[in-house]
Amino acid sequence: MNSQMGKPSISISRVAIYAVLLLAVVVYLVPLIVMLLTSFKSPEDISTGNLLSWPTVVTGMGWVKAWATVDGYFWNSVKITVPAVLISTAIGAINGYVLAMWRFRGSQLFFGLLLFGCFLPFQTVLLPASFTVGKMGLAASTTGLVFVHVVYGLAFTTLFFRNYYVSIPDALVKAARLDGAGFFTIFGRIILPMSTPIIMVCLIWQFTQIWNDFLFGVVFSSGDSQPITVALNNLVNTSTGAKEYNVDMAAAMIAGLPTLLVYVLAGKYFLRGLTAGAVKG
Amino acid sequence: MATLELRNVNKTYGSGLPDTLKNIELKIDDGEFLILVGPSGCGKSTLMNCIAGLENISGGSILIDDADISGMSPKDRDIAMVFQSYALYPTMSVRENISFGLKIRKMAPAAIEEEVARVAKLLQIEHLLNRKPGQLSGGQQQRVAMGRALARRPKIYLFDEPLSNLDAKLRVEMRTEMKLMHQRLKTTTVYVTHDQIEAMTLGDKVAVMKDGIIQQFGTPKQIYNDPANLFVASFIGSPPMNFIPLRLQRKDGRLLALLDSGQARCELPLGMLDAGLEDREVILGMRPEQIVLAPVEPNGLPTIRAEVQVTEPTGPDTLVFVTLNQSKVCCRLAPDVAPQVGESLSLQFDPSKVLLFDAKSGERLGVLGATQPAGRVGNVTQMNRNQ
Repeated sequence: MNSQMGKPSISISRVAIYAVLLLAVVVYLVPLIVMLLTSFKSPEDISTGNLLSWPTVVTGMGWVKAWATVDGYFWNSVKITVPAVLISTAIGAINGYVLAMWRFRGSQLFFGLLLFGCFLPFQTVLLPASFTVGKMGLAASTTGLVFVHVVYGLAFTTLFFRNYYVSIPDALVKAARLDGAGFFTIFGRIILPMSTPIIMVCLIWQFTQIWNDFLFGVVFSSGDSQPITVALNNLVNTSTGAKEYNVDMAAAMIAGLPTLLVYVLAGKYFLRGLTAGAVKG
Repeated sequence: MATLELRNVNKTYGSGLPDTLKNIELKIDDGEFLILVGPSGCGKSTLMNCIAGLENISGGSILIDDADISGMSPKDRDIAMVFQSYALYPTMSVRENISFGLKIRKMAPAAIEEEVARVAKLLQIEHLLNRKPGQLSGGQQQRVAMGRALARRPKIYLFDEPLSNLDAKLRVEMRTEMKLMHQRLKTTTVYVTHDQIEAMTLGDKVAVMKDGIIQQFGTPKQIYNDPANLFVASFIGSPPMNFIPLRLQRKDGRLLALLDSGQARCELPLGMLDAGLEDREVILGMRPEQIVLAPVEPNGLPTIRAEVQVTEPTGPDTLVFVTLNQSKVCCRLAPDVAPQVGESLSLQFDPSKVLLFDAKSGERLGVLGATQPAGRVGNVTQMNRNQ
């Protein structure tokens, strides 16, 4: 009996599962491999070899040149993304706390309307947003772009926090109120310390959204204040001179690395937080 | 240490919706243990939240030590509460859980230290002080929740079904401990439960609630022996009181109930009842322990032979079910009797202990010369009807 259990049985279905998984891995990894290989090739190498061939000479020239081009824009993106992510997450947390635990007359309707914001496409908010930002005197400034990102992100962050907080028992807040704690004390001392998973979800989500955003970036910023996504587009779409694919690939990798890094660092919280919010909603 | 008084408290969640609490009148003295008991949805937890200030009342007033606290916020009422789910702060250690309320009230750190030590010793949780709630068993969490309430030394404790999440054995242990604790501390306590055994064992006073109305308010003994209506009689007592619907008859100027077991009949004299009860549809109530095995020597009490249909040996006694007037009737007999199914038993009743209820309204019917409902603290249901 034991020998039967110890022996891994190789069935057809198992083989099929692994085949499908392997295929998925290939599909996802090939573009990345092509990008990495190309970024380390010389221009001559690119024009002679095929896409998947190993570079004849490994050179970092593409990376150096790419960094020289997107350097300033990379830091623009940091300056836009970090405050926008932190502010939208902070406000979302307080919104969610109120909507889940301090219900007021019409709070359900308010939440419903806010939820609607999640389904608004970027394009529909462009004109009203640019009008508002213009009226505020923040047109074509980093502050203006941060503002637009915060407002657009609030619908998502509020939804995340609210759904996470409705699964926390009301009795906790009641107990804290009887202990004499007020609105912000309860939030800061009891609710926030329990919120690590959902904070991580929010940070990852918002960071990915804002860092990767192109449309708001191209509309609400200009010249030297543009984010890296816009700069990358300008670099790749340039029509003068020879195409330097190694530089394009390296620049694209640079633009994509921060989000990758955030996933690696906080990824385990992402899944945990998403499911925690999803079970009771 | 305080008295608690509720005057005509009402609670509704909006016009058009049925009232959650209707004209609640209660008063308990300093150090008394009040039980609010009733089926789920009867408003007992709402009433407790109103006392705590977690919900506003729609009318009436709540007084602690004769001072109206109806408008005060929970933190100013000097009340501590233990929740059914314990509601321990999950990210704080046991020590922080107990001291949280003290810190908020700006107590000196040395005094907090002392208070936590006192409470921990009292509840025997000293070795758990540095653990998080998630690392504790259900019983330990329950103790910590009590510790948090005890630490503040409030005027009144509120307990919202604190034992209902514990397993049966632990529940009985904690019940005894809570009673001991109350005997030592003598703090005024309000305790919500749906468990009628907790209500009987713990309370100095019991308020039985249904549909937002207090059906009866009195000592456990009054509630058990002298229920105000059919609901109270059926809710309190395990196994529950037997109810036999029948029509009263008159014989030689005395009212009597006729019982029929299918193989025998017996007349149950009911003494001098109020006039006009003759031919009336009533429900006769008898507790299972009031039906006993008839002794061999006749003693004059009404006796009937009935066939045993089911027996349930519980250990200390055996529950025997027979049929009287087409109703299933439970008798609590000594375990050594242990009759077999199908066997016939001679059963005997004490007519003076029998209760009568109106078949339509469920109200208790007064019996002249027998158990006149005495010492009952106002028939609240009747009052509500009249308003």
